[in-house]
Amino acid sequence: MNDVIQTFHQSGVGALCPVLLYVPTWLPFVLAYLVGGGIIVAFMAVMALVWTYGERRIAGFIQVRLGPNRVGPLGILQPLADAIKLLAKEDIMPSAANWGLFTAAPILVFLGAMLPFAVLPFSERIVLTNMQLGLYFVLAFQAIEVIGILMAGWGPGSKWSLYGGMRLAAQMLSYEIPMGLCVLVVIFLAGSLNLGEIVAWQSQGPWIFGWAIFRSPAAFVAFFMFYIAGLAGTKRAPFDLPEAESELVAGYHTEYSGLRFAFFFMSEYAAMYVVCALAAILFLGGWHGPIPRPALPENAAFFSTWLDAIHAQAGGGLSLAASLKVFAGTLAGTAFGKLGLTIAAYEIIGVINMFLKAFGLYFVMIWVRWTLPRIRIDQVMYLCLKVLLPFGLVCATWAAIQVVVFP
Amino acid sequence: MDIRSIHALLRDRFENIIGELQTPERGDASIAVAAEGLADVCRFLRDNDATRFDFLRLISSVDRGTRLSSIYHLYSYPHSHTAVLRVDVDREAPRVPSVSSIWASAEWHEREAFDMMGIIYENHPELTRILLPDDWEGHPLRKDYQPPAEYHGLTNT
Amino acid sequence: MANETTREPADTLRTEELLINMGPQHPSTHGVLRLIVQTDGEMVRRTWPQIGFLHRCFEKIAESLDYAKVIPYTDRMDYLGSMNNPLPFCLAVEKLGGFAVPDRASYLRVIMAELNRIASHLLAFGTYALDLGAFTPFLYGFREREMILSIFEKISGGRLLYHYPRIGGVARDMTPEIAADIRAFLVQMRKVWPEYNTLLSKNQIFVKRTANVGVITREQAIAYGLTGPCLRGSGVAFDLRKAHPYCGYERFSFDVPVGEGAMGTTGDCWDRYWVRMAEMMESCKIVEQALDGLPEGPFFEKVGRSFDLPAGEAYVPCENPRGELGFYVVSDGSSKALRVKSRAPSFCNLCITDAICRDVLLADVVAIIGSIDIVLGEVDR
Repeated sequence: MNDVIQTFHQSGVGALCPVLLYVPTWLPFVLAYLVGGGIIVAFMAVMALVWTYGERRIAGFIQVRLGPNRVGPLGILQPLADAIKLLAKEDIMPSAANWGLFTAAPILVFLGAMLPFAVLPFSERIVLTNMQLGLYFVLAFQAIEVIGILMAGWGPGSKWSLYGGMRLAAQMLSYEIPMGLCVLVVIFLAGSLNLGEIVAWQSQGPWIFGWAIFRSPAAFVAFFMFYIAGLAGTKRAPFDLPEAESELVAGYHTEYSGLRFAFFFMSEYAAMYVVCALAAILFLGGWHGPIPRPALPENAAFFSTWLDAIHAQAGGGLSLAASLKVFAGTLAGTAFGKLGLTIAAYEIIGVINMFLKAFGLYFVMIWVRWTLPRIRIDQVMYLCLKVLLPFGLVCATWAAIQVVVFP
Repeated sequence: MDIRSIHALLRDRFENIIGELQTPERGDASIAVAAEGLADVCRFLRDNDATRFDFLRLISSVDRGTRLSSIYHLYSYPHSHTAVLRVDVDREAPRVPSVSSIWASAEWHEREAFDMMGIIYENHPELTRILLPDDWEGHPLRKDYQPPAEYHGLTNT
Repeated sequence: MANETTREPADTLRTEELLINMGPQHPSTHGVLRLIVQTDGEMVRRTWPQIGFLHRCFEKIAESLDYAKVIPYTDRMDYLGSMNNPLPFCLAVEKLGGFAVPDRASYLRVIMAELNRIASHLLAFGTYALDLGAFTPFLYGFREREMILSIFEKISGGRLLYHYPRIGGVARDMTPEIAADIRAFLVQMRKVWPEYNTLLSKNQIFVKRTANVGVITREQAIAYGLTGPCLRGSGVAFDLRKAHPYCGYERFSFDVPVGEGAMGTTGDCWDRYWVRMAEMMESCKIVEQALDGLPEGPFFEKVGRSFDLPAGEAYVPCENPRGELGFYVVSDGSSKALRVKSRAPSFCNLCITDAICRDVLLADVVAIIGSIDIVLGEVDR
């Protein structure tokens, strides 16, 4: 986005109205990122709200009962009621608590869940930053959650919070290793850490058979392992023993109430989405999906077309108002012209594909939670270290060999 | 074996320790056992091949006014027969040897009999109250029990 | 944690280990049980169950009431098995008083007792799954339980506490409508039982949580006086309904499921769970046979509200869903008992907790307590 804004500034803006050259380059840059960031946070919040409702409804149907159906038509205002309730609760802090850690913990956990959204694409062009190291960024910042959990364990000053926090941190940290190995499989096969390029690599086959899971048996196995490791990393059932042992003793987030608890709660749903979206992008072809997308003409670049339209419109020396009118006019013309509409359809179908897969995996996560019993903590660690880790190594080695032998 | 044969067998072996066999018209018969020989009798009943009472069903305590009784209901899985032993003790000094080393289930039953009736079981590993709080006074199932007027601020009215 | 009014095992405690308090209130639905757990890191070294929070002085109250009036109090002991609880008491009083119970009444007692056994085991199945983290079987089990509770409501007026078996017979007669409801329930139960089996019994996670956990050997089970599914789960094929039949159980043919270590060791938590599951099907068989063979006749023998019982004592045990429930009734010839002692199966089963919760994980303690299936109303009386 950086170079686009630069080019625009120099050739587009300057050509029309020299006054606008005094607007510093970084201003639209910062504004764009603020707006983009705001949209991302809003998406995360709305999604967390919607999926709390979705989970309760799905759970209800699995359990032969209705879920929430009183608040609003079909109960869709239930998450709003829950949010208001949580915000209105008293903020309690145990007297033995360490104030700094107690306050910082929910923030760090929330950060760890929210930061990956900066690089998580929804479609080919709909992404906040298309980093070359996108995948690495996601994995690295997911780990910040672990620090948050450790703080949440120690902060309240309760021995049972400590137990729960330590156990959970061990579980989350351990499961990052198999997750990383599964991701390594795709990195070997696709040859890039950029999430956009990984999906582009998966669009090479006919229809859905370009997906990673169909390109290598290592990727097929790695998909399921990634999903299981993701379930464990987001502390979802059946790996929720540290959380649910709170039924008996106390868990890491028992001492939190109100808004602090809301942070934990929301970050769990956001982290779930990150894992599901990542699985969809890495293994299931991302936005290159079951629904075919319209073919784009060669060199379809929205901004250069718009720039050409601006240059075609006027010479230099327009007033501010007139140049803004020109901006708006050319924008509308390009956006609703043939190129604009094709790109729009391309992206929207891509987003739909992406959501189909990500939300489908999300639904499976919920389904699994309400079906299976909880695994004991020593069995959780056994699964990670003695099952997933060796399998992950085998898959990664297979992928590496496959890339060398069949380039 | 029916209760008469068991009584005869015990009488043979333990003589004075075994008292009369009470056989009411309706209801269960019970064998009176003296307190001091209870442990030996019970061990014999558990280990002897003819009797083999491996299951201690219940230890009850009864306040008969003049004396307290500790009643043992026994059952044998191999032979499918039952026996009821009765140990009568003084109200003032109700001491009965514990059989918890013979049947592990006796531990909690004896604690309850101590708690409710005040019978003291000697050589019990941990004879403390089980149903009532540890600082409760009195033994409620005795016929002359008077509930306390007040307990930690809660009154009896 | 512990205050002055409860005993604390302070004398024998090493200071490096941690004392954790589980209860008396916790979301596992077993009632007000307090477990003091001594842990060394993750491992549980010892547990001390503390009971008495639900003690309601049943035995003392029974000494001041006429015999017929004691029955509602017996209902409230094991509140999940209220059709089974009054049976041993009624049988003991009938034995002492020489009352004859009509055949129809015996059949009705058996039908209701077995339906209650199914309801109680459904709840045990559901709450056990809930303790282990599987939330859904609880609601599935309650769907069938609702059918049984509606039947009970029609016949006795109550959903949980029935006051139905009375001295001399039962409270009300069965109508054809209730019989049709029971048959419909049997059809439904037989349809869904295989689903429950598939959902939970063979589920690898459930098996890993329960197999080889909390093993009670045969000798331990007998020495600690365990009865019911806890005893049968350890391989002892003893059921009072077969060994010393009452209420005409000898007329019905059914099997007694016994734990065989199918998933792990004989006597582990899975075996006890499996015995309860299999018993549900056996109870269906009994109910069907009893319903088919229900004789005509009176359902009640008039004994009067207040009667003098000849002096004597009787102990009658019956097979409750949780084990052997027995009442030891001592009569001195008056209309009120001299002593009523209840042998509650949950009280006797609970005493094994300390012996088997040694060197296990905390999560296993939950699995073990759930597999013993206690009801605190019975433990504390």
